[in-house]
Amino acid sequence: MEKIVMDGGQALIKCLEAEGVEYIFGYSGGSVIPIFDAMITTPSNIKFILVRHEQGAAHMADGYARATGKPAVVLVTSGPGATNIITGIMTAQMDSVPMICLTGQSVSWMIGKDAFQEADIFGMTMPVVKHSYLLKTTNDIPRTIREAFHISTTGRPGPVLIDIPKDMSAGPFTGDLHAEMDIPGYKTRAESIDIDKVKEIAEAISKSQRPVILAGHGVMISGAKDALRALAEKMKAPITTTLLGKGIFPETHDLSLGWLGMHGTAYANKAMCECDLLLNIGSRFDDRIIGDPKWFCKDAVVIHADIDPAEIGKMIQPQYHCIADARIFLEELIKHVGKLNTAEWLKTIDSWKQKYPLKFKRQGNLKMQHVIDEFYKLSEGKAVVVTDVGQHQMWAAQFYKTDEPNNFLSSGGAGTMGYGVPAAIGAQLGRPDENVWVVVGDGGFQMTEFELATAALYKLPVKFVVLNNHYLGMVRQWQELFYEDRMSGVDLEGNPDFVKLADAYGIKGFNLRRPGDVKRVIKAALAYNDGPCLINCEVEKTDNVFPMIPAGKPIEAMIIEAPKSGGKKLEKPTGST
Amino acid sequence: MINTKPIHTLSVYVSNKPGVLARVAQTFSRRGYNIESLVVSPAIDGHFSRMTIGVSGEADGLDQIIRQVSKLIDVLHCTDHTDDAVVVKEMGLIKIAVAAEDRGEALQIAEHFGCKTVDLTETSMILQAVGDPAKIDALVEMIEKFKIIELVRTGKVLLARGAETT
Repeated sequence: MEKIVMDGGQALIKCLEAEGVEYIFGYSGGSVIPIFDAMITTPSNIKFILVRHEQGAAHMADGYARATGKPAVVLVTSGPGATNIITGIMTAQMDSVPMICLTGQSVSWMIGKDAFQEADIFGMTMPVVKHSYLLKTTNDIPRTIREAFHISTTGRPGPVLIDIPKDMSAGPFTGDLHAEMDIPGYKTRAESIDIDKVKEIAEAISKSQRPVILAGHGVMISGAKDALRALAEKMKAPITTTLLGKGIFPETHDLSLGWLGMHGTAYANKAMCECDLLLNIGSRFDDRIIGDPKWFCKDAVVIHADIDPAEIGKMIQPQYHCIADARIFLEELIKHVGKLNTAEWLKTIDSWKQKYPLKFKRQGNLKMQHVIDEFYKLSEGKAVVVTDVGQHQMWAAQFYKTDEPNNFLSSGGAGTMGYGVPAAIGAQLGRPDENVWVVVGDGGFQMTEFELATAALYKLPVKFVVLNNHYLGMVRQWQELFYEDRMSGVDLEGNPDFVKLADAYGIKGFNLRRPGDVKRVIKAALAYNDGPCLINCEVEKTDNVFPMIPAGKPIEAMIIEAPKSGGKKLEKPTGST
Repeated sequence: MINTKPIHTLSVYVSNKPGVLARVAQTFSRRGYNIESLVVSPAIDGHFSRMTIGVSGEADGLDQIIRQVSKLIDVLHCTDHTDDAVVVKEMGLIKIAVAAEDRGEALQIAEHFGCKTVDLTETSMILQAVGDPAKIDALVEMIEKFKIIELVRTGKVLLARGAETT
């Protein structure tokens, strides 16, 4: 046993460094002072990023993790400090993002007695974490940290929270810094695969004439880009991805259908209706994709490969399934499949691509799509694009084609407004040499715009593109289409002047109002690299996102283009939000 | 209260760590399943505990919940033993109001169900019944002709028979 004279906070920093932590995002407070002190007294390579609100810290860690594939650490104080990160934890959990959250806690003998800034964060976060700990003794720090990183980053990743009473971080550490893990109930299924099941799946695939591969975030997490491409090209099968899978297969590739679902491409969705076989790898059949589960791919053979056994049959009952890591599955499957006779099928899909392209009008008021399309071209499709949530998110996903994994970061499952700004800062820290653009609406921007201070402080060259329609556009779209145009709680009157706001933070600002100026302004923003800059785009107020599958409807009910005005009213959607 | 949904009996083998019961219970409640009975006791190895959970609901949804419970980090396994070869037992304590003149009949019923009389006063008695939950149901039904003052049941516990493991 290695015995060193140190306190819990110092042991904690040593353990974090041993895990290869590059950044801690956080905010100080009474119960974490010993840990903040240890960051000074224990020299390490870990850099601390001071945010302006704890939610910002959680989303930054999330953005960093999605951009790099590595976990980051969130460090906040007890009580309100801890509760402020819950949205960020839930966002990470929904999208399987690794994250270690360290929360301060009141001293252990005061827990449960309503101490100052005490909150039962261990209890409150239980439904939104992959796992969590309430530290009982200082000497448990090394084992707990090791387990937390292992659990967070393996299998299906997710957030792990460690609640640290102040007497644990301040108390003497006399334990073993290299303590072993003790998690007999944890199964990662990292390497195991049932080869017979893969062979059955290959056999089913060999009979297909109209196959579609659906690749989800799981493929990205497992780093299976090459295996996926090899499989698609070997099978000659078209491939669509989920929103979170965007970039795992080049969207500019001939076999790509883009992404599918509620606002995905018409041809990806049509392929779901017409395919005779769906091979889903690492997607959880989210309700945004399947619409009405009773109708989804009901005449097709459905195959589901996922590392999480609880996903099999949760939404859609597959005829074949395999519980495995996506990369292991793909590498095994490719040995057993050959080229399929898909020439006719690909021809049909091409005709859909011709007939139902994603499109918008460059005339009239400035369109969000126009801004995104132009910066796609000018950045040559190579930027790391971070979005917030809403109409702009869907258009960014439609018009910024993504060819590489980890280049499109978006809150998918949780749909967390306010995610974009801090996540982009985390992404830029993780990928310092790349162009990080965040596309954000005026609503979500104002939920976390205070982190502009963080971007300015660290001189991060993030481009903040505020697509400002002075509306909560997605809800307004639903009210227009399904609630007879009754606008309720969506008009963001009173928005500040965002360029002046940027200026107040010492951030370069651009205004963009006319379609004719798009190219010039984006070029200027691209050329500006002395720190962050913000482009306030005054866009069309009442544009709608299409294609659209009304929530809970079968995919066949997809609305491809805006219904002509005066047309009959659309029925209210029955699905979730 | 009549519950028409089938009752499933699950055995959950867990690491004996703080919060594990809350996590398991939450997984059921989030999906709208009601826990009818719950017994937690230490396993042979004190690092682990065994939970025996009676839960009412449809088998379809339950499969998915079992997978979600199995996924919890502190859960080693979760098995539905509903239709397996298992020994299932439960204990009930029933306090009834019986005056001296009815005592004979009450004791006769108690004897028929193999109950012990664990408390006896001039006006009441407590019966202790051990057995299959259905047997205790039947006892309660029979003894209802006397006034039941209080009743408590442990909830069922089970072990797989023979070479099978629970």
